[in-house]
Amino acid sequence: MIDTFRAGVLVKPYERLSLEQVKRLDEASLHILADPGVWCYNERATQLFKGHGAKVWEEQTTGHRCWRISFPAGLIKEARAMAPSALVLGARKSENRLMLDAEVPRVYFGSGSESNVWIETEVEEFVSLKDNHTKVRVPRYQELRGTTELLGRAASLCDKLEHLDFFIRPLNIQDPGITTTNHDVNKFFASLNNITKHVQAGLTDLGALKNVVRMAEIIAGGQQELRENPLISFIACVFKSPLQIVDDTAEKVFAIVEAGLPLVISSSPQGGSSAPIQEAGMVAQINAEILVGITLTQLIKAGAPVLYGSVPVRARLDDLHDLYGCPEFNQYNIDCVQLARYYKIPCYSTAGVGDAKVPGMQALFEKLFTHLYMAMTGAQYIHYAFGLLDRTNSFCPLQAVLDNEQIGKIKHCLGEPKVRADDVEDALQMVKKVMASGHRLFTRHTRKAMHRGEISSPYQFEAKGMEDKVIENALNYLTQLEAQATPHLDQPTVETIFDEIPGLLPNLKKFKGD
Amino acid sequence: MSSQELIEKIAFNVIQGRLEAGDEGFDPGLEGQPAVTELMQEALEQGVDPKDIVLGALTRSMEIVGEKFERNEYLIPDMLASAECVGLAMEMLAPHLIKAGIKSKGKFIIATVAGDLHDIGKNIVAIMLKGAAYEVIDLGTDVSVERILEAVREHQAPYVGLSALLTTTMRVMGDVVQRLEDEGLRQQVKVLIGGAPTSAEFAQQIGADAYCKDAFQALDKLKTLET
Repeated sequence: MIDTFRAGVLVKPYERLSLEQVKRLDEASLHILADPGVWCYNERATQLFKGHGAKVWEEQTTGHRCWRISFPAGLIKEARAMAPSALVLGARKSENRLMLDAEVPRVYFGSGSESNVWIETEVEEFVSLKDNHTKVRVPRYQELRGTTELLGRAASLCDKLEHLDFFIRPLNIQDPGITTTNHDVNKFFASLNNITKHVQAGLTDLGALKNVVRMAEIIAGGQQELRENPLISFIACVFKSPLQIVDDTAEKVFAIVEAGLPLVISSSPQGGSSAPIQEAGMVAQINAEILVGITLTQLIKAGAPVLYGSVPVRARLDDLHDLYGCPEFNQYNIDCVQLARYYKIPCYSTAGVGDAKVPGMQALFEKLFTHLYMAMTGAQYIHYAFGLLDRTNSFCPLQAVLDNEQIGKIKHCLGEPKVRADDVEDALQMVKKVMASGHRLFTRHTRKAMHRGEISSPYQFEAKGMEDKVIENALNYLTQLEAQATPHLDQPTVETIFDEIPGLLPNLKKFKGD
Repeated sequence: MSSQELIEKIAFNVIQGRLEAGDEGFDPGLEGQPAVTELMQEALEQGVDPKDIVLGALTRSMEIVGEKFERNEYLIPDMLASAECVGLAMEMLAPHLIKAGIKSKGKFIIATVAGDLHDIGKNIVAIMLKGAAYEVIDLGTDVSVERILEAVREHQAPYVGLSALLTTTMRVMGDVVQRLEDEGLRQQVKVLIGGAPTSAEFAQQIGADAYCKDAFQALDKLKTLET
């Protein structure tokens, strides 16, 4: 499809389920879709499903028109087989494009999702009450409401984070001038004008789609150019779990598919409240919801580029909030990756959210626990991986820098084994040569691997002495990254966008070189 | 190639850490070009003054390597590759230096003490010392106290370096110092120790002259101990 794309990491997938168990969950999902079926609040989708053989009847609900839909298994199976197994997500720079192939376990990591709070960090010095010569430096955190300015800062930072492969807007913009109508154009422009990697977001207002697509066409160089290099894509959470198709999101699915741009069909039930907490029940339900969403896209337009978007979470049992850093989260998510692979549809998966509210040991534990496991599954597109804290309620750029280091190490760790025939031959020659030398040291041969970039470096933020200075060192690195130039679009492109697209905030008008 | 060109090329290849033509350097694309071995051979055949080689090609280039290491541009494998080049060049130059009346920085006896077979650290120190123009006499591993004393007597060496990795063998270092005292050799030799279980306190306790946490510190300590 394309020959230049980001390397990601090609892994040997870890699988939790046997093929028999995968088939059992698939059958369970199809059973759910037949009985009890789904509740659909969108008439157009209902008619489309009905026209392709689904059994439909009107439900009696309060205040809304709603239909129950029972899907024959054949309809779901035929539709999911029409979904492409491989697709390209474009980018402003061709080397930043992503190649997603359901049959190739190449893993990409990106940001997400739409938190309301930006966490700013500074380090402050404190003096001991016992001994005023003893001082410690401690991070202090400040919460800021999300703005277009901060979203632009996030995009610019993410452009510079080596191991971040794609950008999902991590911050909800809440500037005084932002309305429902202009939310989408500002969100996409604040992202696209600050990053050369793939940009993905949900759509707030269906009416804004035309302008968002036009903006992307201007940047890509035309209508056809955008479809060949789709530098934007969308996320649609078409289901409100359990098993209810949302009216306005279904309309967005129609519009996005008709616009010919890639779409994630995402579902995020919570085990314990809006889905069973037990593995089999949770996975059968989320899979059923995603399959209906994918079926909808393929009935609108066969072959529409779509990702299998699984975000199954578990409820905390003390307050029913989401709980991310727990074993069940991994179990649910790994199962979903296997199902997506079984269907040959690229998987949008989830890892790296902390329940922790600030960077630190809890965040590190929770993030490593999911980053590593989910990378091992071979999910093609792992979102939520950078900077998210407090169960997706906040984005912390310092945490994004820490996550970048962690993900880099994981990519290195899971890289392809270098045990080809010529690697072994080289090793045998090396051993003979070193054992014939006086000092019997392999350091000269270490250089080769070192200079080729095959050897990982020590943890980037380590301290030299008996102190833990990770936060302070990462903050210094963040400052260095933020001091580097932002990859703004050139002036003519920005001027054209401001001329053609209404509703953009004036503070976003920045050009290459600013 | 003129003498000056040869000296510059040797210096360049020392910095690149290229011992032989087949070696890659720090910079890409050097494989196949003459390296220190081939260039030294040519220089000696052409009768280039050994003193010019030592001063113009080896000493300054190792200073540059040290500066690159300080700036984190080079890592230890790069540093060792360069030191190995200088060590080889010094070996090739040895008979010519003697003829020219030029002395090395001194003989340095190095050993891993009795009961201990660990030699990585000792070997790294040996390479670095050779690279700094010391004449290294490497006695190997599991070396008895008597063998070390015999070497000090035989070579009249001003320096002895002792290495141990085990808490059970580090005590042998104290035995060496004591036996040097007993045999009346202690005043003529400086004893440097190193290895994971040792420390500055331990060095003081057994009466050694210096504790070196790594090869670089060994070179620094030697500068202060030089007589």
